[in-house]
Amino acid sequence: MTNWIEACAVGDIAEEDVMRFDHGGRTFAIYRSPDDKYYATDGLCTHEKIHLADGLVMDNIIECPKHNGRFDYRTGEAKGAPVCINLRTYGVKIEGGKVFIAAD
Amino acid sequence: MSTPHDYSLTGPSSRYAIEHGLANAEWYRAPIPRARMKELMKRSDGPAIRDTLIWIAAFLVTGGLASYFWPGLWSLPFFIAYGVLYGSSSDSRWHECGHGTAFKTAWMNDAVYNVACFMIMREPTVWRWSHTRHHTDTIIVGRDPEVAVMRPTVILKVILMFFAVPQVWGAIQSMLRHAAGRLTPDEADFIPEMERARVYRTARLWLVIHLAVIALSVYWGTILPMLLVGPLPTMYGAWLHIITGLTQHAGLPENVLDHRLNCRTVYMNPVLRFIYWNMNYHVEHHMFPMVPYHRLAELHEEMKPYCPPAYPSVLAAYREIIPAILRQVREPGWSVERPIPQAFPAQPAPAE
Repeated sequence: MTNWIEACAVGDIAEEDVMRFDHGGRTFAIYRSPDDKYYATDGLCTHEKIHLADGLVMDNIIECPKHNGRFDYRTGEAKGAPVCINLRTYGVKIEGGKVFIAAD
Repeated sequence: MSTPHDYSLTGPSSRYAIEHGLANAEWYRAPIPRARMKELMKRSDGPAIRDTLIWIAAFLVTGGLASYFWPGLWSLPFFIAYGVLYGSSSDSRWHECGHGTAFKTAWMNDAVYNVACFMIMREPTVWRWSHTRHHTDTIIVGRDPEVAVMRPTVILKVILMFFAVPQVWGAIQSMLRHAAGRLTPDEADFIPEMERARVYRTARLWLVIHLAVIALSVYWGTILPMLLVGPLPTMYGAWLHIITGLTQHAGLPENVLDHRLNCRTVYMNPVLRFIYWNMNYHVEHHMFPMVPYHRLAELHEEMKPYCPPAYPSVLAAYREIIPAILRQVREPGWSVERPIPQAFPAQPAPAE
């Protein structure tokens, strides 16, 4: 059974932006896309463990603030050097104005 | 000094840095509000397209007139200008496009990056990874592969850098080594396995281009092609990027975790800022590498309260740099201290 965790309220993240969410000793990044959809990934860059929530969201890309490594936050796909390892993604649902992530 | 001091990436200084928390460490960041940072990080193609069109036009004009007047004396001023474009402005284009911030469109960054890399003789994949490490471990001895002035200072080497002698010599050795499919242990330390085939492929391509330019010169019976493309313009045009580049870190402390201590921000005139693509705002760039070059002046205004005062001119910076690197000939452990605002103290480096 999916373990849905309440991460934030719908309005907590600006459009085309990202927010950090820590839970159970883990850190996640929650995204709101330009078309108003929500996504979630691991919070740290797979390259050097930098918090992606300090980075820049451009369309469907999150760019790491330290070395400018880019991921597609919808799929977690690493888009090229210096990031070579894909980012783990998590399911997201919206209920009652809250954003929940499926962190197993 | 009680700490080991060798600049290889696999020696005792490297082990020391890892064991003492200097590698992949947390660095000080000025508390600029997220909303403002988002504005400053925002990408656009406009400024870099404008600057690149001017850049290409400048190449055509200076290169064309230098060739037209060759071998007369009147070609000299045009070669000087062409050399600055080829051997110095390529440094900032390599740098900004390598970060992927100059243009919004990725292929434009990649295109200018590869051309600029060729001009300054920095192999694109190798230097992308070395610069990544430079940002992770800025001037951490044994970790940073891009320390320009190592200690104790070898003055002759610094002088030769203005003519790109050590850089080009190293670049030719590196290109031949990579064309033969080999890396040094230091390179293997920062270039991942999956990127190495690309390193070898590019080195072979570059070798073919350089040989073709030499062949063309021999065939035409003139050195002109070699004065326009290849190691020669990299060398005779290097001086300006060394003048600007040494202001970044020379004489400042090693093994600290605060860019306000080991980087300089220096005010420069608009011509230099065009050639240097605003890398004079170097504290700002290192603290927030996602901000494009054309927004760094604005970031500088936001960061002023948290930073030491900027140097008013290149001359002012060199009044500090020259005595500092001369002193570091005999006292490699000594460095310039920057005045950090008391309200925002420096990030402490791990104790020895």
